Amino acid sequence: MDQIRHKVAIVGAAETDDLGQMPHMSRLALHAQAAKNALDDAGMSLADVDGLLCAGAIPNEVAEYLGIQPRYIDGTSVGGCSFMIHVRHAVAAIMAGYCDVALITHGESGRSGVDAPRGGSASSPGGQYEAPFAIGGAPTTFSIPVLRHFHEYGTTKEHLAHIAAATRAWANLNPMAMMGSHRRAPERGGGPITPQDVLNSRMICYPFNLLDCCVVADGGGALVLVSEERARDFAKDPVYVLGAGEAAAHWMVSQMRDHTTADGYRIAGEAAYKSAGLGPQDIDHCMFYDAFTFTPLMAAEDLGFVPKGEGGPFFAETKTGPDGEVIYKSGPGGDFPMNTNGGGLSYCHTGMYGMFAIVESVRQLRGECGDRQVPDVNVSMAHGPGGMFASAGTIILSNA
Amino acid sequence: MADYAGRLPVATPESQPYWDGLKEHKLMLPTCDDCGPHFYPRPFCPMPECFNWDIKWTQASGKGKVHTFVISHQPIPPYNTEDNAPPYVIAVIELEEGPRMMSNLIIDDPYSTTVDMDVEIVFDDVTDEVTLPKFKPA
Repeated sequence: MDQIRHKVAIVGAAETDDLGQMPHMSRLALHAQAAKNALDDAGMSLADVDGLLCAGAIPNEVAEYLGIQPRYIDGTSVGGCSFMIHVRHAVAAIMAGYCDVALITHGESGRSGVDAPRGGSASSPGGQYEAPFAIGGAPTTFSIPVLRHFHEYGTTKEHLAHIAAATRAWANLNPMAMMGSHRRAPERGGGPITPQDVLNSRMICYPFNLLDCCVVADGGGALVLVSEERARDFAKDPVYVLGAGEAAAHWMVSQMRDHTTADGYRIAGEAAYKSAGLGPQDIDHCMFYDAFTFTPLMAAEDLGFVPKGEGGPFFAETKTGPDGEVIYKSGPGGDFPMNTNGGGLSYCHTGMYGMFAIVESVRQLRGECGDRQVPDVNVSMAHGPGGMFASAGTIILSNA
Repeated sequence: MADYAGRLPVATPESQPYWDGLKEHKLMLPTCDDCGPHFYPRPFCPMPECFNWDIKWTQASGKGKVHTFVISHQPIPPYNTEDNAPPYVIAVIELEEGPRMMSNLIIDDPYSTTVDMDVEIVFDDVTDEVTLPKFKPA
């Protein structure tokens, strides 16, 4: 398993020029603009690319749109963690010689719906056994495991609300974050929030209030990967892939084996740790996909950062800063820096957010994050689910 | 009933006996002699070490428990009219026979729902052709 450690590096990472409301851009244009920005970041051209991996689009669609004919393709499209899985597959493809330069793209008109495919077959398992019960998107399905976790372990809505407040505090330090102070005025819901604000916000689907839910956005992101040897020649420091894992656990959330544990998280996490030769104690910075406040809590537990069932009190721990301000466990100044871009909750969530989690890991490892830079980040984990805890992808990255 | 606004399932050849059973107000489960019933219907036993394709249909009691649930405040059809408005309960029901299935809990006060509460099946004939398996407190 450890043969993948440090063999391949990310040399380009970027989002689209803007994020949020972009009705002037289609799904494939978002893929293409993100690709341009990531290639610019790497100092490479599209002509260098011979491997293409994407989700939410067939690789041929993106290849044709970009005007390239890659000799390696991967269209794994299992939701938000597809891009962690793409990184893992790109490592294997580059090591096998299937391609030399892998481009991973994401583009989704999640808010404006410009060429956004919707809905599934009424004959699919989801169409027959879940959709008829007035299920309407992620707030009514990603929420399903939560009350079982509350019941088994005493987790509370107050616990979850601390994650939203901590993540917003990061967003306030990120000029690109949709709900951060830079981009959204307080009277429109931007800027700092407290756990009480989360509990007071409109009920969407109990146990999730509005501020337990991610934003809904248009946007894209892309990554460029090359071999470790080739990565030495780039202007920016490479970010090495140390370990990676993936899993498919179920598809419909009603069929989740145990609603208090994400099997996919455990399987993907164990593979990532094993291939990196590391454990949770070695991780300096975490990007845990946060479609909802509960999602990263499950990650912290199932990836071994806190014992099962103790995630609630863990994230609700606060301390007081020098100026009397509240410092949240996972927020700026806290001892578990997580989702430092402002997360899906407050930065951007297109539908398949995982790409943005990886971009932030890369930037933190390069020391490019300005006001929100976490000190001494040498090892970062980016982890996410696909679907409703259905699949999972975990990658461990390092700047050394 | 003809103008039912909710999403309707369309059976596949493999699931037709399940939907036919519901229309007769019977909850039929595909069952393996060795491993017991499973949900959702597949033409084989979905236990990896079994994978037996000799499946019989057996009738479930219709009794179960709320395994976990949410209370949706979204006006999603058919819960989008004045008479049938949110909030409503979406629940994973653990059947007495073991398998779990998604459903709605029909309950006057959604916020009185509790994890592990006993429930029993209600057959909701939403159209002339489709009956949905829903549950109510037992």
